[in-house]
Amino acid sequence: MDLQTLIYLFVGASFALYIGIAIWAKAASTKDFYVAGGGVHPVANGMATAADWMSAASFISLAGIVSLLGRDGAAYLMGWTGGYVLLAMLLAPYLRKFGKFTVPDFVGDRYYSDFARTVAVICVIFVSFTYVAGQMRGVGVVFSRFLQVDVNTGVIIGMCIVFFYAVLGGMKGITYTQVAQYCVLIVAFIVPAVFLSLQVTGEFLPQIGLGSAIAFDFDNGVQTIQQGTYLLTALDQTFNDLGFNIPYTEGRAGVWNTFLLCVALMAGTAGLPHVIVRFFTVPKVRDARISAGWALLFISLLYTSVPGVAAFARLNLIKNVQNNDYATWTAECSAEQESAISAMMASGADAAREPCAGNWFATWEKGGLIGWMDKNGDGKIQFANGAAFAGKPSFTGETGPSGERLMSNEPIAAPEGQAIENELYVDRDIIVLANPEIARLPNWVIALIAAGGLAAALSTAAGLLLVISASISHDLLGRVIYKDKETGKSKLTDSQELLAARGAAVVAIIVAGYLGINPPGFVAQVVAFAFGLAAASFFPVIINGIFDKRMNREGAIAGMLVGLIFTFVYIVLNVFVDNSGAYEMFNIKATGVGTIGMALHFIVAYVVSRATAAPPQEIQDMVEDIRIPRGAGDAHAH
Amino acid sequence: MDAQKAQAYWKENISTIMLLLAVWFIVSYGCGILFVDLLDTIQFAGFKLGFWFAQQGSMYVFMILIFVYARRMNAIDEKYDVTE
Repeated sequence: MDLQTLIYLFVGASFALYIGIAIWAKAASTKDFYVAGGGVHPVANGMATAADWMSAASFISLAGIVSLLGRDGAAYLMGWTGGYVLLAMLLAPYLRKFGKFTVPDFVGDRYYSDFARTVAVICVIFVSFTYVAGQMRGVGVVFSRFLQVDVNTGVIIGMCIVFFYAVLGGMKGITYTQVAQYCVLIVAFIVPAVFLSLQVTGEFLPQIGLGSAIAFDFDNGVQTIQQGTYLLTALDQTFNDLGFNIPYTEGRAGVWNTFLLCVALMAGTAGLPHVIVRFFTVPKVRDARISAGWALLFISLLYTSVPGVAAFARLNLIKNVQNNDYATWTAECSAEQESAISAMMASGADAAREPCAGNWFATWEKGGLIGWMDKNGDGKIQFANGAAFAGKPSFTGETGPSGERLMSNEPIAAPEGQAIENELYVDRDIIVLANPEIARLPNWVIALIAAGGLAAALSTAAGLLLVISASISHDLLGRVIYKDKETGKSKLTDSQELLAARGAAVVAIIVAGYLGINPPGFVAQVVAFAFGLAAASFFPVIINGIFDKRMNREGAIAGMLVGLIFTFVYIVLNVFVDNSGAYEMFNIKATGVGTIGMALHFIVAYVVSRATAAPPQEIQDMVEDIRIPRGAGDAHAH
Repeated sequence: MDAQKAQAYWKENISTIMLLLAVWFIVSYGCGILFVDLLDTIQFAGFKLGFWFAQQGSMYVFMILIFVYARRMNAIDEKYDVTE
C-alpha cells in the first residue's frame, strides 16, 4: 500500500476510535463534565494524565530541542518530569481531599475571596490559551505535511474533532479518549525509536542504545569514525571536527540559567491547571498519590527514549546529508531506482546516500523547514557549525543550478579556521517527523507517526479546552457572576451550568482555532509564559494554602499579583520589547524568570500575611481537614 | 481525631516528604546540573556519569520516588488510622 493510503487509514482509524469513545462516555451532569464523575481508576488516570501532558511539543519538538542543545536539553527532560514529584507529594493528594472541581475553586475558597478567585480565573484562561494555540498549530502542521492539506484547513479539521468529544463528553469523554490517545502516541513514538536504535547501534532499547557503540563506520565529512566507537564519543568528536565549539555531551547555557529554567519548568508543571485537575477525577486520596506515579511512568516511557532519538537523529542527519550531490540525491526516484534502493535495504546495506534516496529533503524544503544555500558552488550539501544564513528560509521562487530553491536570506560566513562551511538550515521541529524518512523506515511507521502526532496534540488541546470552559462556567458564572449573595451558592441549576460549560467549550474551541490559524507572538513563548506564570502564581499559592495555615487572603493576593506582574513584565520586556538582553537582570533569561517570580511570590505572601490578621477559624479548620485523607468522599459541587 | 494525633500525623508526613525531596534535589539539581561536570569525569559504558544523570538517571529516580512515597504514606495512614 502506498504511503498516502496508509496515512489515511491510520489517522482515520484513530479518529473513529476517539469519536466512538466520546459517544460511549457522554457526560450527563456537571460532575461528569468537570471531573468524569470522580470515579476514574488510578492507572487509567495515569495514562490520561500522560496524554494530557504530552503535547505536540513533547511528541514533535522535544527530541529536536535535545538534539540541538545536547546536554542542555536535560533542563527540559528533568523539568517536565521532575514536576510530577512535586505534584505527587505537595499538591495532588491534598487537592483531591479538598474535593472541588477547579484550581480557582481552591484559591477562592481557601482564601475566602472572590477577587483571588477572579485573578486565578484570568490566569488560568491566559495560560491555557497560550498553550492550546500551540497545540492547534501542531495539529495543522501534522495535517499539512501528511494529509496534503493547507495548515489552516488542518487546524479546522482538528477543531471539529476536539469539538465532538470535548463538548459532548466533557471530562468523562476526554479521559477515556486520552487513554486511547496515550496508547496511540506511545506506540507511534517508541516504534521508530526502536528502529533507529537498532539501525544506529544494534541495541533494541533507545535508552541502552544511547550509551552503546555505533554499528557502522561514520564519515562526518572531516574524518571517518570507526564502527565500535561509542555513539556519544562519535558525536563529541564530530562536533569538534565540524566546529560546533562545545561537544554534544557538554553544557553551553551555564549552570545558573539551566538551574532557573529547570525550577521554572518543574514548578510550572506541578502548577498547570490542566494537569492538576486530572487528580480530581480519582476516587480517593491514596489513588491521587499513586496515580501521579503511574502518570510519570507512562510519561517517562517517552521521555527516557527522547535522548536516544535525539542523538540518533543528529548522527543520522550528518551521516546521510554530508557532501551529497544535491541534484542527484534529492531527485524524484524512478521505478528502477526505487527497487534498487529497496534491494539494498533488504540485503542490510545502507542506501541512505544513494541517488534519489534524499527525496525527503526536497519535500521538507518545499515546506520551508529545510533550506540549502550552495555557498561554495560545488553542488554538494555541507553541514557544519553556525547558521548558514540569517533567519528562516525565505524562498525567491527561483531555482539554482542544482535545482535547489533559492533564498533571499543574507549568507553568514563560517568562523575563521573552520574546516567546513555550513550551508544547511534544518528546523528543529522536523527531527522527529522527518527522522523515519531520513532513516528510510517502512511506510507504515511514517503513517503511525502522523497518527501519534495528532493524538498528542488533540489530547492536550482537549484537556486545556475543558479547563478553560470549566473556569468560565463554574468559577466565573457559577461562583462570581450568578452567586446568590445570601447563601454564597450558585443560582444556576446543574443542567443550566452544564449547558453553560458546553457553550463555553464551544467558544473556547473557536478562539483556540483562531489563535492556531493566526498565531500571535506570545504563542511561540509557551515555555516562558505558560510555565513561568504557572510557577509564579498557582504553584506557590496552592503550596501556601496547604502547608501554611497562617496564610491569609491578603498574603495570597499580594503574592499572586507580585509574582504574576513581575514575571509577565520581565518576559514582555526581554522577548517583545528588546530581545538582545538589554533588560536582563543578573543574566536571567526570560524562560527561567518564573523561578524568580515564584521566589518573590513566596516572600511577599509571607511578609504580608504576617503583618495582617490571621484567616478565620473555619478556614484554619478546613486546612486541618485537607491534611487528613479520611473522609474525602466524592468531589462535590458546593 | 484529636489534635495531638493529627499533629503527629502531619509531622511524620512532612518528614517523609522532606527526605524524598532531598533525594529528588540531589539527583536532578545536584547530579544533573550543579555537579554535572565533576561527575562527567566518571565514564560507564558509553556514558559520562553526569550526562547520564541529566538525560536518563534523574527520570528513573523520580519514578521510584513517587512509588516509594505512595507506599510509605499508605503505611503512615494506617498507623494513624486516617485511611478512607
